Amino acid sequence: MADDAVAEQERMRTFQAAALPHLDDVYTLARYLMRNTQDAEDAVQECYLRALRHFDSYRGPAMKPWLLAILRNVCNAEFARRSKEEVPTDYSADESLAEEMPMWQEPQASPEKMMVRQQDTATIRRLVAELPEPFREAIVLREMNNLSYQEIAQVAGVPVGTVMSRLARARAMLRAAWNAADTATTRRGPAVASGTAL
Amino acid sequence: MNCNESEILLHALIDGELDAGHAREVETHVAGCPGCGEKLAAFRTMHDVMTAAPLKEAAPAHLRNRIEALMATPPSRVVSIRQFMQPTRRSFFGGFAMGSVLSAAVAASVVLTVVRKDQEQTIADEVVSAHIRSLQAGHLMDVETSDRHTVKPWFNGRVDVAPPVVDLTAESFTLLGGRLDYIDSEPVAAIVYQRRKHLINLFVAQHLGTRRTRTMATAIQGYNCRHWSQDGLDLWAVSDLVGDELDEFVQKIASALRQPSRAS
Repeated sequence: MADDAVAEQERMRTFQAAALPHLDDVYTLARYLMRNTQDAEDAVQECYLRALRHFDSYRGPAMKPWLLAILRNVCNAEFARRSKEEVPTDYSADESLAEEMPMWQEPQASPEKMMVRQQDTATIRRLVAELPEPFREAIVLREMNNLSYQEIAQVAGVPVGTVMSRLARARAMLRAAWNAADTATTRRGPAVASGTAL
Repeated sequence: MNCNESEILLHALIDGELDAGHAREVETHVAGCPGCGEKLAAFRTMHDVMTAAPLKEAAPAHLRNRIEALMATPPSRVVSIRQFMQPTRRSFFGGFAMGSVLSAAVAASVVLTVVRKDQEQTIADEVVSAHIRSLQAGHLMDVETSDRHTVKPWFNGRVDVAPPVVDLTAESFTLLGGRLDYIDSEPVAAIVYQRRKHLINLFVAQHLGTRRTRTMATAIQGYNCRHWSQDGLDLWAVSDLVGDELDEFVQKIASALRQPSRAS
């Protein structure tokens, strides 16, 4: 019995050492998926709880994507639970909708305006938070959680090709919003004229 | 490479996900295409700004405390907060399983390369090493003859494929002989050709890297390297010949393979 307790403590220590360093990453993704702080914190706690329960069967490859995949399942399950009430859950609808939108909407302005300008951290966070799923998730996993394409594919449960096209779309949308925000702040001439560059 | 492919791949370039060959292809396209060049510059700036900004959020202290407390409690005594749910396994995954139209086109040619770049790169390196090894004195040939009917049977029982041995003397590629080599810890057939002073090693095995219907060109340590798949075989040609001439060699071999009478 004492041996069991020792083994249990050892297991906890191993889990803590492996999983706790990724708390900020897990929390960051939770903030963008859940959109409010309270829900994000609850999701993170549930994620760690599940991770702890399944830690015995964890065989890698890497702890961070494993935790993020659990978090994502937690969040999706929560959306599923709420779906009858409010939140749209069928991402495929969003994606096919986005498919029909022109891929690039760019300001047709002088060349230097086409350049992406510096934005402050708060603005970048807001612009990312305003992206529709699954593009928001893709960009957060890449730029904030710093995952490789392969790891993003694992977390999102899609082929790498889909990750690549989502990232391309996410960055195109972000760039358009970025430039629009820039135009709005600096008030240089008329706002974005919709252009079809391709 | 066209603009549609480049639009997807320039992000992989920014994110450091492309192997050297594809990175060069994208860079070449972008260099000659103002539209894609402008996009690459803009997206790279955006990526750099995002990387530099402290975007990752710090978990609040009370959350960290909660998590640590969780770990100090035996799991059996911990219950889920709220109804945080046994998942109902609804349509989420159905939705996510759908790739986009865009990806389908690009994925077919590129994604496998991105994913398997490590293995492919390793094999490319090994193939070039084997080529360099073969140039050392006495290492080039196990069976030395310009008669393809001698070279081909020699491989019987030594490798698990019947490598195509083609007489290309008329095209001024001289058959020198054959050799047993090892790549990726597997025996492979190496068939040696020569044009002028340049030696060409043609490595043939059942599986040697990622299957390719289109020839992949790389250059490693100054040697040109071509890899393609045909008739269930993986073929690698390595030489210090200039790229155009090595391409010509690859074409001759490939077309000879399509006419069985020439490859015996």
